[in-house]
Amino acid sequence: MNVTIVDYQSGNISSVINSFTEVARGKVNLEVTSDINKIKSCDKIVLPGQGSFKSCADSLNKISGLVDTLKDFAITNKKPLLGICVGLQMFADVGYEEAETKGLGWIPGKVSRINNQKGKFKLPHIGWNEIEIQKESKIFKDIKNKSHMYFVHSYEFIPEDKSVISATTDYSSKIVCSVEKDNLFGTQFHPEKSDKIGLKVIDNFLNL
Amino acid sequence: MLKNRIIPCLDVKDGRVVKGINFVELKDAGDPVEQAKIYSDGGADEICFLDITASNENRETIIDIVRKTAKECFVPLTVGGGVRTIQNITDLLLAGADKVSINTAAVKNVDLVKEASKKFGSQCIVVAIDAKKVSDNKWEVFTHGGRNKTGIDTVEFAKKVEENGAGEILLTSMDKDGTKTGYDVDLLKTITNNTNIPVIASGGVGTLDHLYDGIVKGGASAVLAASIFHYGEYKIKDAKEYLNSKNVSVRL
Repeated sequence: MNVTIVDYQSGNISSVINSFTEVARGKVNLEVTSDINKIKSCDKIVLPGQGSFKSCADSLNKISGLVDTLKDFAITNKKPLLGICVGLQMFADVGYEEAETKGLGWIPGKVSRINNQKGKFKLPHIGWNEIEIQKESKIFKDIKNKSHMYFVHSYEFIPEDKSVISATTDYSSKIVCSVEKDNLFGTQFHPEKSDKIGLKVIDNFLNL
Repeated sequence: MLKNRIIPCLDVKDGRVVKGINFVELKDAGDPVEQAKIYSDGGADEICFLDITASNENRETIIDIVRKTAKECFVPLTVGGGVRTIQNITDLLLAGADKVSINTAAVKNVDLVKEASKKFGSQCIVVAIDAKKVSDNKWEVFTHGGRNKTGIDTVEFAKKVEENGAGEILLTSMDKDGTKTGYDVDLLKTITNNTNIPVIASGGVGTLDHLYDGIVKGGASAVLAASIFHYGEYKIKDAKEYLNSKNVSVRL
């Protein structure tokens, strides 16, 4: 199996590469690339993302043909794709970080700043928080409810259709921390930084 | 609920850990990669490297250590010490650091914080502030590892780095550092009350109760400690179990 981590200048992806390399060793071919042809021909895609919604959306659009290729892969051909952090946020129609910016529009919804109740909750939401599993998700196989995952973000994805939500986490409100819609998977937390339990999420994705 | 983080810090000089861990299972007490792995396996919520190498020529050494550690530790890794330019930050992030902490350079030029957080995202920019008490409820920022006075008020400076995009503040009390008498709780309280970003408490931990004070009395989101873990007095697990027993939420 060939898995591609999309390298689209979306900030620091070293940790994503390191953890996927660790889990993939001996069973999956891993490629880190922005080459459209390689992305087209692979079996699974990982879409990382750090920095702001706007900078990631701009970077996706900067690579000619990338957005269409991803859409063919994930929406038309329904092959597995995992978005991490801002990578997940990219699924939305629109984001409001820095400026109103269009997302990929794969899962109807918006990305807006966490309501921190007038400073009662510090932002960014940084650190380990428990996930509350809302529905069975393939990437949570053998993962217990209330497991700890590592978060770093100030914005949250609010999908219109709540049935896509696979887990939430409690920080000022129930924040969406993972989604599953058919072949589309996304985590707001960083599985690559979430110790052994995070590596298990990655393993589950690679084993799909 | 968001958990309070416990962060062991390793001081690295010329590629070797200065205050080594005194654990029996260690093969090489000076190897930062091996020590980071022990902490990460032991439940550390993050790992922090502070490069105290004096010369500029040795930057490659810390980068190599970060590269090796990042391949073995799958918890967040913060690296600080001698970070002066966007290029320094780029190099550390590419090597596998998740966050970079800026100290002296942030005081000299706050635009570096602004530029870095814009380029890499606030989530990976930590500003390390070294503060010394000058009068009642007044602390001054020091630089160059606490050697140089700046005349800058710590509260003002903390607000300024927040405005410029810092994602976290690593706050060290120069009065308390190395004393093992506990954090400067008043300093912590003052800074956490005046900023809206997470503050990591540093400097002075000697007992597990000090960790409790930093979080509960000081309002810190994370507690950093070096020697109590290095010398094997306590394991990360001991600290977490203690805090948990006192109803402070931690990742167990």
